[in-house]
Amino acid sequence: MGSISLQHVKKSFGEVQIIPDISLDIKDGEFVVFVGPSGCGKSTLLRLIAGLEDTTSGTILLDGQDMTKAPPARRGLAMVFQSYALYPHMTVRDNIAFPLKMAKAPKEVIDQKVEYAARTLNLSSYLDRRPRALSGGQRQRVAIGRAIVREPKAFLFDEPLSNLDAALRVNMRLEITELHQQLKTTMIYVTHDQVEAMTMADRIVVLNAGNVEQFGSPLDLYKKPANRFVAGFIGSPRMNFVDGPEAAKHNAHSIGVRPEHFKLSRDPLANAWKGKVGVAEQLGSDTFLHVHVEGLGLMTIRTDGDQTFSHGDDVYLMPDPTRIYRFDAAGIAL
Amino acid sequence: MATAQTRTLSRIMMAPAVIVLLIWMIVPLVMTLWFSFQNYSLINPMMTGFAGWANYIYVLGDPSFTQSLVNTLILVGGVLAITVIGGTFLALLLDQPIWGQGILRIIVISPFFVMPPVAALIWKNGFMHPGYGVLAHLFEFFGLEPVDWFNQYPLFSVVIIVAWQWLPFATLILLTALQSLSEEQREAAEMDGANAINRFYHIILPHMARSITIVILIQTIFLLGIFAEIRVTTGGGPGYASTNIAFLVFRTGILSNDIGAGSAGGVVAVVIANIVAFFLMRAVGKNLDA
Repeated sequence: MGSISLQHVKKSFGEVQIIPDISLDIKDGEFVVFVGPSGCGKSTLLRLIAGLEDTTSGTILLDGQDMTKAPPARRGLAMVFQSYALYPHMTVRDNIAFPLKMAKAPKEVIDQKVEYAARTLNLSSYLDRRPRALSGGQRQRVAIGRAIVREPKAFLFDEPLSNLDAALRVNMRLEITELHQQLKTTMIYVTHDQVEAMTMADRIVVLNAGNVEQFGSPLDLYKKPANRFVAGFIGSPRMNFVDGPEAAKHNAHSIGVRPEHFKLSRDPLANAWKGKVGVAEQLGSDTFLHVHVEGLGLMTIRTDGDQTFSHGDDVYLMPDPTRIYRFDAAGIAL
Repeated sequence: MATAQTRTLSRIMMAPAVIVLLIWMIVPLVMTLWFSFQNYSLINPMMTGFAGWANYIYVLGDPSFTQSLVNTLILVGGVLAITVIGGTFLALLLDQPIWGQGILRIIVISPFFVMPPVAALIWKNGFMHPGYGVLAHLFEFFGLEPVDWFNQYPLFSVVIIVAWQWLPFATLILLTALQSLSEEQREAAEMDGANAINRFYHIILPHMARSITIVILIQTIFLLGIFAEIRVTTGGGPGYASTNIAFLVFRTGILSNDIGAGSAGGVVAVVIANIVAFFLMRAVGKNLDA
């Protein structure tokens, strides 16, 4: 239970086509992340699965059943919204119990399930508070609790961490991943943050302008990007791209090298790119160098944190030849 | 208002307005209090001087006072019930995406711009007149006896007219409340399996509670003093059937020319308004917290 299948799903708002044609198969128990730049249609896709938007054409199957026209409540999915969408006039307990109450569950069952959810999410001591009196992370957990008690076929997360501060985001990321290990329920998670995608997902769907650019495991996407968009989107800092004669040497229209796949030297190297250090970002564990390479433009290089470079230093860059990605004129990987 | 200097300055700047307002309020109140203890009747100008509690005993002891008090409460309660329930319903309808929404909203709100005496005249002669009112024609069309509204159901007729005037106000306030409900909350409730009725009862209504409170409070203040509609249509009658406290004061002070007793009635009205306000705040005021 919990497999989701999209078959030639299309969505347009009036004249504007948001999703031209998407087919996806999500297996039971999988943690799938939809990632892409803002406006790529990832939230719309999630809302189509949830039933909050009508599908223009195509079929949505949940557990092999056609649910394209079914109302949200009948689909048996639970959603965690970006704003958490907690009910402000209800206590945490009532918030979590709401879906059960709507399903007319007996009172003992409701109490038992709410207690269980509260224990799982460390909310037991907050059950009688209103959402207003909770911190961002706690609200987030209440929203998840409300989703858990329904025992849905799948969880849908719509950028749930974007309202939290950086430290809390890392924490909640772990908690959600752990929750997935524990529940083994299918989860679909929408984010624009590729770090969240890489760290949480079993498989990632990279979306761009309503199209699936690539669907695969995080390391697949990192190691074998299908095209230039995926190569540029996955990995932080971004991959460096080089066009023109330098790319032609590798029989490609353009080539890409990740910041971590350079050999860096202060002394001249044979066939290396010569450049000047612009900004050096010292993170302690790593150092990111922005190097102006003559004729090729700005390159980002990742090196270990013990290296100290300063503005204007001359450096030589040697891309790891086994890790150069080659792309044709259309941006497809060669 | 950060420093002591700006605080002082702001007080000085506000002072003229506050002082004028205070005088504006206090002078008539004190004069009313003063007259209420005087023998002051235009019919009998020779009788003057301190009257003690005589005016109050006269007003409160009059059986028409009790009836006016009951009428006032029925008037306020009836109009509140119609406007709050009707306003919620209209707001829910107007919140739906429909063609010509902007125009429709202005049309719905327009009765509020009609002056009370004009509205009352339109209802009196245009709709409720037993001879040539629209309602009379309608009743005749169905072979029914036309109703003489202002004689048969005087208070009910006044309630209808006043409710018609205040319905747009309630609708407008409740509509803005409805529009401020976050879309995600509605969607969350929808995903949680709440049907339209449950969504209204568990999500929308609690969200609107504060605005409903404001509608009730503001309307009560104005409805306690309804006058023009009664004056234009029934004149408080038949008998005292549609006389409320405000109209009773007018009847005593102006129609019977007894300024002293009228003033006493006015003071009683102020006390009643405060009692109503006290209970109202206790009943619904908690919705305004936070």
